[in-house]
Amino acid sequence: MSSDAHATHAADGHHALADAPHGTLKGYLTGFGLAVVLTVIPFWLVMGNVLDNAVATGILIMVFAIVQIVVHMIYFLHLDAHSEGGWNMLALIFTVVLVVIGIVGSLWVMYHLDLNMMPGMMTGHPG
Amino acid sequence: MTTETALQTAGTPAFYVTEEEHPHSSTLLGFWIYIMSDTLIFAVLFATFGVLRDRYAGGPTPQEVLEIPTVALNTAMLLISSITCGFAMLEMVRNRKAATLFWLLVTGLFGAAFVGLELREFFGLVAEGAGPQRSAYLSAFFTLVGTHGTHVTIGIIWLITLMVQIARKGLIHENTRRLMCFSMFWHFLDVIWIGVFSVVYLLGVL
Amino acid sequence: MFSNPDLWKFIFGRLTWQDILPETIVFYTFFVVAAGGIAVLAAITYFRKWGYLWDEWITSIDHKKIGVMYIILGLVMFVRGFSDAIMMRAQQAVAFGANQGYLPPHHYDQIFTAHGVIMIFFAAMPLITGLMNFVVPLQIGARDVAFPFLNNFSFWMTAAGAVIVMISLFLGEFAQTGWLAYPPLSELAYSPGTGVDYYIWGLQVAGLGTLLSGVNLVATIIKMRAPGMSMMKMPVFTWTALCTNILIVAAFPVLTAVLALLTLDRYAGTHFFTNTAGGDQMMYVNLIWIWGHPEVYILILPCFGVYSEVVSTFCGKRLFGYVSMVYATIVITILSYLVWLHHFFTMGSGASVNSFFGITTMIISIPTGAKIFNWLFTMYKGRIRFELPMMWTVAFMLTFVIGGMTGVMLAVPPADFVLHNSLFLIAHFHNVIIGGVLFGIFAAINFWFPKAFGFRLDPFWGKVSFWLWVPGFYLAFMPLYALGLMGITRRLNHFDDPSLQIWFVIAAFGAVMIAGGILAMFVQFGVSIMKREALRDTTGDLWDARTLEWSTSSPPPEYNFAFTPIVYDHDAWWDMKTRGYVRPLEGFRPIHMPRNTGTGAILAGLAVGFAFGMIWYMWWLAALSFAAMVVVAITHTFNYNRDYDIPAETVALKEGERTALLAQHA
Repeated sequence: MSSDAHATHAADGHHALADAPHGTLKGYLTGFGLAVVLTVIPFWLVMGNVLDNAVATGILIMVFAIVQIVVHMIYFLHLDAHSEGGWNMLALIFTVVLVVIGIVGSLWVMYHLDLNMMPGMMTGHPG
Repeated sequence: MTTETALQTAGTPAFYVTEEEHPHSSTLLGFWIYIMSDTLIFAVLFATFGVLRDRYAGGPTPQEVLEIPTVALNTAMLLISSITCGFAMLEMVRNRKAATLFWLLVTGLFGAAFVGLELREFFGLVAEGAGPQRSAYLSAFFTLVGTHGTHVTIGIIWLITLMVQIARKGLIHENTRRLMCFSMFWHFLDVIWIGVFSVVYLLGVL
Repeated sequence: MFSNPDLWKFIFGRLTWQDILPETIVFYTFFVVAAGGIAVLAAITYFRKWGYLWDEWITSIDHKKIGVMYIILGLVMFVRGFSDAIMMRAQQAVAFGANQGYLPPHHYDQIFTAHGVIMIFFAAMPLITGLMNFVVPLQIGARDVAFPFLNNFSFWMTAAGAVIVMISLFLGEFAQTGWLAYPPLSELAYSPGTGVDYYIWGLQVAGLGTLLSGVNLVATIIKMRAPGMSMMKMPVFTWTALCTNILIVAAFPVLTAVLALLTLDRYAGTHFFTNTAGGDQMMYVNLIWIWGHPEVYILILPCFGVYSEVVSTFCGKRLFGYVSMVYATIVITILSYLVWLHHFFTMGSGASVNSFFGITTMIISIPTGAKIFNWLFTMYKGRIRFELPMMWTVAFMLTFVIGGMTGVMLAVPPADFVLHNSLFLIAHFHNVIIGGVLFGIFAAINFWFPKAFGFRLDPFWGKVSFWLWVPGFYLAFMPLYALGLMGITRRLNHFDDPSLQIWFVIAAFGAVMIAGGILAMFVQFGVSIMKREALRDTTGDLWDARTLEWSTSSPPPEYNFAFTPIVYDHDAWWDMKTRGYVRPLEGFRPIHMPRNTGTGAILAGLAVGFAFGMIWYMWWLAALSFAAMVVVAITHTFNYNRDYDIPAETVALKEGERTALLAQHA
């Protein structure tokens, strides 16, 4: 608020930017390389029908997705335990916990509700 | 803080700041918090997709409608736009306006390619009777993927606005702050896309 | 041209003459409201106050003014929501056997829906948001919130949501689905009219404002505290405000998403919650309560903060157990995400799921219990002054505990199978919301009104209000516990068993007492304004209080603090008073402040236009309004001239005025 116009002066441009996290060319390229690898492998597993086991493939896809998300967080979003005094990380952890509760909780609850209350609607049934 | 130099009577601590104040900007934290809230919107859409993923209503299944090669291309577009956005930020930090604008333009073009491919996919599906009204599965599919695409579109509009503002006023502090927020937003959209292509497309056709 | 039906349909969508003032009661209400509205507009014009209103209030980005506007909005909408309540009580008191009462079911259903929606979203939420807006920046030693323009926008979006809901009273109908609009009833097939659409758009518009306000206050509390005010030295009200706003940021996106899915079902023919093609209505219930449970903690946590401030101030003692209060608040925040299924134990998820959520629900009552003990221990051996805020706090402690205990009863799934959706449930949640949230708001209003306006509220009329409200509440709701245990279901407009009538008559009598209490409160406001010189406070610290907001004048200057305070301990102002703080009389510097702007109000007005167009299928209006919103928002970002400096001389003048005032009355 009051700081922003105060720092419209060019002299403060670098001062404020120095506070914000930013990457290096090496960092972006590393992140990009990792992301490419972490994307190509899951696509290859599916398109090439590499493993005959759908469950194993599924688990691997999710693992690669989670790892790639972490790569994005580190190399592109420059997230670390110190940005904004640790508040960015705390906010992220809190959000991730809620996302997990919301998705896992919903799937668990809905599985039971559908099992008990929606006969004929279970997995695999066309309608 | 050097506030001990403030007006001080013997034994009484300084209870107020007297020099020039340099308050920190809250914008980056505030924008990050907003992104966390947007993550939760997507979480609901993912949860809904998870619940409705096999409600085909006698209609098209993922194996029938999803084209993995197209999605691979889309993913590449978005990932490339992420790194070009990174390049733009590097140029911004070095205060190079023209180079920043160049990389932003490239980012926008790859983003537009992403949206274009996605729209083509959607219109194709609708044309073959696999639109969002066909079944709960398709409703969830179109909404999750479409919401992401809408965010990308909004990002492109924002990008164009920012490019005009940078062209006119240069890389002043106000604009660089906005660019940093845009960059956070753009990378966040790529993060969400990782979830989308993994869960909706790859797991979908297994 | 005028007889062309296609053109008419294009322009007016599905709006027809029959939709205007459709019910007789509404017809008369409209004339009263219209007359009142015209009188207000005429008065403003006559006294030439439009410029003043625009410059000083509508475009204000000052958190204090925005806070006051939120509270005014909340109080006005509270009266509307209460009028729904008294209509229901009247109906239920007479509608037995052959007597069908005066409200047919389709009207009664709109009333209980509107009552819930308005009370939660447009009374309680604005009231607590207004409180947090006004108090938090002052308590942390800041000059405003982190994003003042966003704050203004958030307020006007909330007001816009209220306007959208109020329009439904006169044009078309409101939802008849209950305040959470469960499908399939809320789907197009079973609610084809405008009712559910008014509901959806009113909530989406207001919800956006609330969400942004949440982001704003979290950033404010994290980033803008005065030097020395570490997290564990923040006032407890600020702590509860932080946790509340974290909950807002974490919960409202869920509401936004779920309502959007319902909107897609209604407008785009999707099948999220429909009866056919694979829709799952239970998913709606699941998702909406993932929002709904944190929402009730959003309502109560700020009030817990109010009680902490009030108890320590009026007992002249530091709050007992500050650390445990903070941890209790944090635990409640996290646990509120693990209990949501207790709202639908009976929907059929089975024993394992129900047990899990029943246990977590019982656990979440523990931190609240810890808070009650902390307040009691603060009062123990304190020198208690029974000013109105303290009276409301004592009433809260007794009332809320009863409501909490019935909540724990409901947390037991087998018991809930009997009591779910009975009047026992209605009694429970009104018990905790009125006893907890509303009493807290009344305590807060009496506590901070002098700070906001420079004079206190008349104690006599405040006590009249209190003594009508508290017994009135018990008379109105205790019978409902009994009725619920007897098996009476909620949301009924007619009963066949005449032996029940006496309970409903007692409840109606209680509602009349509450009406008296509300009236007395407005009389209190009026009398206080008229007698303001006699009630004036010139010290800025009327209650001999403990936190930083009381170090400023009453009302505070627009910049709040001439110099940013430095904090060393809890109860920073108390610390300053006891350690010889001397108010600085010179050395003032220019202060950087944000400019007022009309963009927020304009965007919110356009949002009303957009919503109206969507509700009535006037697509041209929706499209134009939306496009205009985008253009206005983008144009606003091209304005870089958003701040100005208050010159040091002006600050010196203002501070000098206060010095003179303090000296006069020393």
